[in-house]
Amino acid sequence: MFLAPAAALLLITLVAPTLIIVAYTFLTRGAYGGVERPVTFENFERLLDPLYGAIFLRSFWVAGVSTVLCLVLGFPLALFIARSGSRKNLYLMLVILPFWTSFLIRIYAWMFLLRDTGLINTILLAAHLIREPLPMLYNDGAVVLGLVYGFLPFTVLPLYATIERLDKNLLEAAADLGSKPWTTLWRVTIPLCAPGIRAGAILVFVPCLGTYLTSDLLGGSKTILIGNLVQNQFTTSRDWPFGAAASIALMIVAMALLFAVRRKGEELL
Amino acid sequence: MDAILELRGISKHFSTHHAVADLSLSIAPGRFFSLLGPSGCGKTTTLRIIAGFESPTSGEVWLGGARIDGLPPYHRNVNTVFQNYALFPHLDVRGNIEFGLRRKGADSLESRVKKVIEQVRLEGKESRMPSQLSGGERQRVALARSLVMAPDVLLLDEPLSALDPQLRKQVRAELKDLQRHTGVTFLFVTHDQEEALSMSDQIAVMNRGQVEQVGTPQEIYQRPRTRFVASFLGAMNWIDGIGVRPEATRIARESPGNGARRAVVARSVFLGSAMHVEAKLEGGEAVIAEVPASDCSFSEGESVHLWWNPSDELRLNP
Repeated sequence: MFLAPAAALLLITLVAPTLIIVAYTFLTRGAYGGVERPVTFENFERLLDPLYGAIFLRSFWVAGVSTVLCLVLGFPLALFIARSGSRKNLYLMLVILPFWTSFLIRIYAWMFLLRDTGLINTILLAAHLIREPLPMLYNDGAVVLGLVYGFLPFTVLPLYATIERLDKNLLEAAADLGSKPWTTLWRVTIPLCAPGIRAGAILVFVPCLGTYLTSDLLGGSKTILIGNLVQNQFTTSRDWPFGAAASIALMIVAMALLFAVRRKGEELL
Repeated sequence: MDAILELRGISKHFSTHHAVADLSLSIAPGRFFSLLGPSGCGKTTTLRIIAGFESPTSGEVWLGGARIDGLPPYHRNVNTVFQNYALFPHLDVRGNIEFGLRRKGADSLESRVKKVIEQVRLEGKESRMPSQLSGGERQRVALARSLVMAPDVLLLDEPLSALDPQLRKQVRAELKDLQRHTGVTFLFVTHDQEEALSMSDQIAVMNRGQVEQVGTPQEIYQRPRTRFVASFLGAMNWIDGIGVRPEATRIARESPGNGARRAVVARSVFLGSAMHVEAKLEGGEAVIAEVPASDCSFSEGESVHLWWNPSDELRLNP
């Protein structure tokens, strides 16, 4: 009874749009966008083209590298915050602070830093450390940088939550049994933080997979990811059914991956 | 006899209070030694200083003839059984027991683990996870995990408090047997005087960060040096500054002769094996006399006489 409004909300905002997108995948493009009959499987057949396979692979690669980097950078940061006593809240606040500014503006800020005439290249040139500007913008590296920058808080927060809940006695027990701090980190802390690591990984990997803003602005025209492909189909290419097919395919592959990493008997996330 | 563990003038000040104040102790090898005291008396802090989890504000810790208070926990040959056991939840029983040996790179790991598993009767449970064990089994894993390291001193921080009362009494005897059998020095922290009395070779009674008295269970029970020790180790009647235990206090309707005092029965409390008769002396002091449970004939308001042997009197400084 009380769940009815929530169920209705889910139906309207999640189930219905998804079903509409699924329906689009089986239709034919209209001349000025939109969809028309006849019903067809052609949109999925087109996805089998190696050109699109490469885009899929590249998207998974960029998202995977970004996720690993987020975890590698986020874990020490979360550990540091969890152990900084009364300053915890201040540091957590600093981690969340960037969210108060538009992501778009922050990505533009990176462009100003990274471009050929940007701050970093200007300083390096002026200092005669380099002769040519370093190509830091419009490549995969710039996209990964932007994604790691944008999604780092999504790993720090769940990792912080698990580290914070860790029984301090277990760390003392490890030391008591002859384990040096570094060994304790590998043998006790990290294994016990597995749920937080998994949650952080999923929270970063999934949105990275579908990103289009970061790759569009920092990757330039050379780096096309699935998100950009979908965006193009719905805008310039005016091929809604194919864009819908690409996004549904992405969803299916991502969900298959998540179920694969899910541990037996454990809830997702 | 050389002490295996010696504390010399240990103090520990926290920002708000002094947990341990100039404490000195000497523990002989192979003993079951208890630190007994009320909560907040500094006994757990003392244990943590020995283990290396806290560093003393001043003082020295000596283990087997070497000073260890500057060493990190992982370089001290002492091991701790934690109050909540602190078993690694991601490792099975064997993994928990092997943990320390693997860190040391110890040889004959297999046989040492097998032996200790037999000692604590955990055969067949090797691949259980801690969450699948009962409270008593968890406690035995915690013991095995520490004992397998062959520590100079095994530190036990109220290891029975997480068990249910039924099991606690049984485990006392097992723990004592295990100590005798292995010959490892046990330093046992507890606030339960019955536990300390029943298991220990020696007891140090602690109060407010200091040791009030060290002795065998008999010594500290029968010849307590301070009022605190006398009161903490069981009930005590205080009459004109003299202490008499309820079990040494006699009660009767007829006066036995010289030295008996008149009193009025206030109430009788049935304790199962015995009965505590509470009576008020003419001076107003309440005195408890322990009588056999069959003697339930004293009723409220009755006039009685109380007396005791002079040899049972304890004269103590307050």
